[in-house]
Amino acid sequence: MGIVISFLAGTLFATGLALSGMTQPSKVIGFLDVLGSWDPSLLFVLGGATSTMMLMYRWARDLDRPIMADQFYRPGNLRVDSKLLVGSAIFGIGWGLAGLCPGPALASLPSFNPKILLFITTMALGMFVHFVVMHRPKLSS
Amino acid sequence: MSLVSALLGGIVIGLSAALLHIVLGRIAGISGIVGSLLHGSRMQAQSWRVAFVVGLVLGGAVWIRLLSSHFAAPVGSTATIAIAGLLVGFGSRLGSGCTSGHGVCGLARFSIRSIVATTCFVFTGVATVALS
Repeated sequence: MGIVISFLAGTLFATGLALSGMTQPSKVIGFLDVLGSWDPSLLFVLGGATSTMMLMYRWARDLDRPIMADQFYRPGNLRVDSKLLVGSAIFGIGWGLAGLCPGPALASLPSFNPKILLFITTMALGMFVHFVVMHRPKLSS
Repeated sequence: MSLVSALLGGIVIGLSAALLHIVLGRIAGISGIVGSLLHGSRMQAQSWRVAFVVGLVLGGAVWIRLLSSHFAAPVGSTATIAIAGLLVGFGSRLGSGCTSGHGVCGLARFSIRSIVATTCFVFTGVATVALS
């Protein structure tokens, strides 16, 4: 049953991305182009998504645990460290270069556009490189 | 119209993340979900991630047909797109999140790490677009 909920959440996420225009790299670049012809529409996407989540978090505060799980999985690391800063900075450069981030790229996969497929492939490669570089030593020790 | 659909789309993204959190207790961070899948650990613990990604891709397949004008390919050269993908993949994992995990889920619960991360990636994104 949990798998069904997760699948539905995935389809809902794709629906939101498609409606919002996040699947158009030119709109994302237009949003980041604050020094040029700025397109503020992504601010509405972010505003709609975060305010919905804020309401949900207020509701979740009254729950001891999720409806179908033992606990709320929340990020344990609370410190702002160099990994967070450097990683986010690197991510932003890639986001600005292509106008794509992981969610919209995956939702666009069924277009089978060569550049979308290339982006997803190198994105997975980048994630794998991170895994090899950062996690391997910890696993073996 | 574009602003209305942007707001509506945002709300639906929020509902998806809310569903995942309220029911399964999970964070709808796409880079975290995909990145953890690549670790290839126990299949049992991964099943919700597989189901989410399958839903995301199949959902995309439906919307590409229904709303093709909202889908486009990136405009950069092959080399640019390849490098962009590498940076997005590596950076989002090193920084523990992307636009969904930090930008939506993290900002909504006023996480200091997510506020810092979002400021960081929007700043370098703006700088990249300004310079290119």
